[in-house]
Amino acid sequence: MSKTRQDLTWQELEIGATIITPGNSDEYKSGDWRSIRPVVDKKKCIKCGTCYIFCPDAAIYETEDGFFEADMFYCKGCGICAQECPTQAIEMVEEEE
Amino acid sequence: MGKRIGLEVSLSAAEAVKMANVDCIAAYPITPQTHIVEHLSELVNNGELDAEFIPVESEHSAMSVSAGVSAVGARAFTCTSSQGLSLMNEIVHIVASMRLPIVMILANRSMSGPISIWNDHTDVMSIRDCGWIQVFANNGQEVFDNVLFAYRVAESQKVMLPLIINIDGFILTHVIEPVEFWEKEQVKQYLPDFKPVYTMHPDRPVTMGGVGMPYVFSEAKVAQDEPLIQSKAEIITAWKELGDVVGRYYKPVETYRMEDAETLFVTQGSFGETVSLVVDALRNEGESVGLVMDRLWRPFPFDEFREATSQAKNLIVIDRAISYGGQGGPLAIDIRSALYKGENQPNITNFICGLAGRDVTINDFKNIYHRAMEKIKENPMEEDFEYYGVRGK
Repeated sequence: MSKTRQDLTWQELEIGATIITPGNSDEYKSGDWRSIRPVVDKKKCIKCGTCYIFCPDAAIYETEDGFFEADMFYCKGCGICAQECPTQAIEMVEEEE
Repeated sequence: MGKRIGLEVSLSAAEAVKMANVDCIAAYPITPQTHIVEHLSELVNNGELDAEFIPVESEHSAMSVSAGVSAVGARAFTCTSSQGLSLMNEIVHIVASMRLPIVMILANRSMSGPISIWNDHTDVMSIRDCGWIQVFANNGQEVFDNVLFAYRVAESQKVMLPLIINIDGFILTHVIEPVEFWEKEQVKQYLPDFKPVYTMHPDRPVTMGGVGMPYVFSEAKVAQDEPLIQSKAEIITAWKELGDVVGRYYKPVETYRMEDAETLFVTQGSFGETVSLVVDALRNEGESVGLVMDRLWRPFPFDEFREATSQAKNLIVIDRAISYGGQGGPLAIDIRSALYKGENQPNITNFICGLAGRDVTINDFKNIYHRAMEKIKENPMEEDFEYYGVRGK
């Protein structure tokens, strides 16, 4: 199955548009909504994980070296991580730039 | 052959619901629907019908409960009128999109205001575009038969759509008519058990009624409308097979005394029987007149209607509802669309009458006929219509 469902024809929908694959909301690219994105300054980051806890979409994950990054497939660019970061290590950057 | 007994149409409708062996009745009382639901509560209470009777706190809940039970695979029935329909409106649209085969009897009553408890079709016309299959009934026997027909069609896996049976409030609901009940064997032969496509079940999790983002909403709507349009074939088959079982054959469009008829009345619901008598009387007076009764309202039977009117010079469309600021009544509007650019383009006159239960007698219909003949000579505009019998008009 494709990552997004934007190419389904009307005949391919289940009866009543029923969703028969539980948990398939993780295929939904909520990252499409984003107009600004978080950029982490690793020099300021203290690896506290506050951004990971506060992210309302659970889009932030811990990398192997202990830093935290946002998955751009899901990140809506809400900026809560930047707001909550105790060391101001996260900056929200316009998508166009 | 089943037993033929004299019974109030509401009670016989409830008996038909019992014969359909429904699993759940969720309803809130409203005139003139009340007797149907009251009788069902008696049937459940005295053990004649093994079903959940849920006396909900509003019509919104009635349709919500029906949605829930249908979603788990149970056979759901509900029943309402007018303001009750308005209150459940939100869920009426949703169950159609969820393809839940709920059956509802709508005891047709005016939409207030002024406040009215009496009959017309303004309630159903307010939800014309809700996505349900919608049929009208001429008499009590049709109501009885169409309850069993309704479940047969609605639950067909080719269809899977909810269905409204319109019955004129008081004019049908509160009169005693001879109704032939079905034998249990006939029901068994005609109506299979409900086999839903998907059900809510903890072992097989699904999501029903989910969000439809803009990229999929239009596809979801076509996936809802196509089966409604296609359901006509299943409807015709189900009525044909109903005839094979009980000997009464129904069609989407019914005709009466069509032989060489220049002018045709077009009716919906209980007006049909009255106008059939008018047609007899006018024929005796030498008038060339016949009758077309629209039984299936949605999906609209365009082909059948065009065929029925293919030889007619004039149509007199009788509406029992108003499309405020529009082109006459809802039935006339659809008929004008159906015949636009058709091979036969009869003169179409439209009369709105019988609002809020005002009697429309045989003499009234004769007056309408003669008035229509005058109007046709005046060569009316397409959007021309008349409120019949309104003082000061």
